[in-house]
Amino acid sequence: MAQAVALDLDPIEARPQLIAGEQSFNAITEAVALPVEWKPPLGWWIALALSSSLLGLFGISIAYLFWEGTGIWGLNNPIFWAFDITNFVFWVGIGHAGTLISAILFLFRQKWRTSINRAAEAMTIFAVMCALSFPGIHVGRPWLPYYMFPIPNQMGMWPQFRSPLIWDFFAVSIYGTVSLLFWYVGLIPDLATIRDRAKTRVRQLAYGFFALGWRGSNRHWQNYERAYLILAGLATPLVLSVHSVVSFDFATAQLPGWHTTIFPPYFVAGAIFSGFAMVMTLMLICRVVFGLRHIIQPLHLDRMAKIMLLTGTIVGYAYGTEFFIAWYGQNDYELFAFVNRATGPYAWAYWTMVGCNVLSPQVFWFKKARTCIPLLFVISIFINIGMWFERFVIITTSLHRDFLPSSWDYFRPTFWDLSTFVGSFGLFLTMFCLFVRFLPMVAMAEVKAILPIANPHHHAPAKTH
Amino acid sequence: MKPKAATERPKSFGLVAQFDTPAAIFRACEKVRDAGYLRWDAHTPFPVHGLDKAMGLKPSRLPWISLVLALGGAATGLLLQWWTSAVEYPLIISGKPYFSWPAFVPVIFELSVLGGAAGAVFGMLFLNRLPQLYHALFRVDAFAKVTDDKFFISIEAADPRYDEQKTRKLLESAGASLVTVVEA
Repeated sequence: MAQAVALDLDPIEARPQLIAGEQSFNAITEAVALPVEWKPPLGWWIALALSSSLLGLFGISIAYLFWEGTGIWGLNNPIFWAFDITNFVFWVGIGHAGTLISAILFLFRQKWRTSINRAAEAMTIFAVMCALSFPGIHVGRPWLPYYMFPIPNQMGMWPQFRSPLIWDFFAVSIYGTVSLLFWYVGLIPDLATIRDRAKTRVRQLAYGFFALGWRGSNRHWQNYERAYLILAGLATPLVLSVHSVVSFDFATAQLPGWHTTIFPPYFVAGAIFSGFAMVMTLMLICRVVFGLRHIIQPLHLDRMAKIMLLTGTIVGYAYGTEFFIAWYGQNDYELFAFVNRATGPYAWAYWTMVGCNVLSPQVFWFKKARTCIPLLFVISIFINIGMWFERFVIITTSLHRDFLPSSWDYFRPTFWDLSTFVGSFGLFLTMFCLFVRFLPMVAMAEVKAILPIANPHHHAPAKTH
Repeated sequence: MKPKAATERPKSFGLVAQFDTPAAIFRACEKVRDAGYLRWDAHTPFPVHGLDKAMGLKPSRLPWISLVLALGGAATGLLLQWWTSAVEYPLIISGKPYFSWPAFVPVIFELSVLGGAAGAVFGMLFLNRLPQLYHALFRVDAFAKVTDDKFFISIEAADPRYDEQKTRKLLESAGASLVTVVEA
């Protein structure tokens, strides 16, 4: 297989071809439009039923929280933040891979991104939706989040702009908005494709409305491509700022274990790491279920695995640096916080995190592992678990041993902690199920543009290499 | 090529020609450009590399719109935080000055990104005159393939050099696989 891929060279760039199978524009359209136009298989209905059941659980958990208050969670004094903020940081982090793929890899002219960018961007938006629901509910007072908006109110007061929590509100909500704009701009030409293929009036009107009357005009493409480039250029510093600001929520606190200057780069690397793991999990399922193996090839999985190896190792380096600085700084509280993390009551969580995040991706040094699909799937799940535990370890272990030993305590999740967390997957997966059913999950126009035959100086048929 | 009489109303929108490969439309665009047409366009399923040059298009003005809105976003962030923190309801926080601008940088940055992104998207739609849900070209059945795998050149009857016979000849000689009149 590897040899077959290596011999199938792109006639213009003399590199392995990014898209296998029939090399025609129509073949791409047919393959991508199929899941939007078919009668979905039973598996899709089962996936939707399970996801929406979990979404229902999410709704029930939130309703009970609003009825009863945060006492239904396992929170105590001093652990006022546990699953809620862990889930928030987890979901925001997941989103970052989508922006990395759509913006940063675009600026670096990584053409292989076109096979996965649409689904990754969709994942970003759904992950940000899940993320935003946690700060919205975590005080159990859903009628008060308007305090965060800079709007005149009956108290005559304004948000406290020196607080990282308000920076966070601006960063994450703007990140969600810009991601949505970026995703929609990318969708316009593909929605026009689905519109032009529509067999029923309803589909024609629905897709036609959102396609905005796109007619492939080159005068439009010129502005469109420029808009895409500007969005990529803006989203790149944005995504780096978002997780940096999320890390400020912790880093600007006085608490040992949080008060750390390496948090911004460390959080950003972790976010990309976890997001790539989630993209990998979802893409491995989609490429099989929706028959997109020739578009999402082992070559793409191989490159994603390399990025996971890189970011996982950066995260591992950050864990080491934290310990080194705790020792080198010789601050008793700081040193205690880190020794307690590795050997205290939450040592099980700490070592789960290290095992999943640092050790498990090391198998990706080997090309065999990077193209072995079952292994990729298992490791991507491990990383998802490990990255959730990373946030749990940072938040909970730092809080549960504060400066006063008399207030030390231990956090145990209740049923409602778990149901809210699992329920948030319901929101994410329901949105993803609807996405793969109703929207083209591969950016058709972009994939067509990277085919060798798309180059106006390509002279077909070039079978001589 | 004599210009059309001003009194004569164009009976059709113009002509549309279909091409089968990116290379064909690339060469055809160069020909139409060199023939001096002004009110014409190329339609492709994806942006064909170098076609802007083959059509002789000027660079997009979009970056300026985006820049203005990004600066507007930054100014909004700065004024909002200065006014609320130092003028409307001054509060001493951690012994800092009322206008402690370094703490305001993250929100200024985020708002400038929001402005720039909105400028890029809505500016693009404005420059393209979209949404425009109806267009004469949508009457041509073959044109539905423009979002799939075919390439088109449309030349409007309103173009001063437009002449149904001569323009048709030009498009056919440029390698069009199909040339049709678009009803107005």
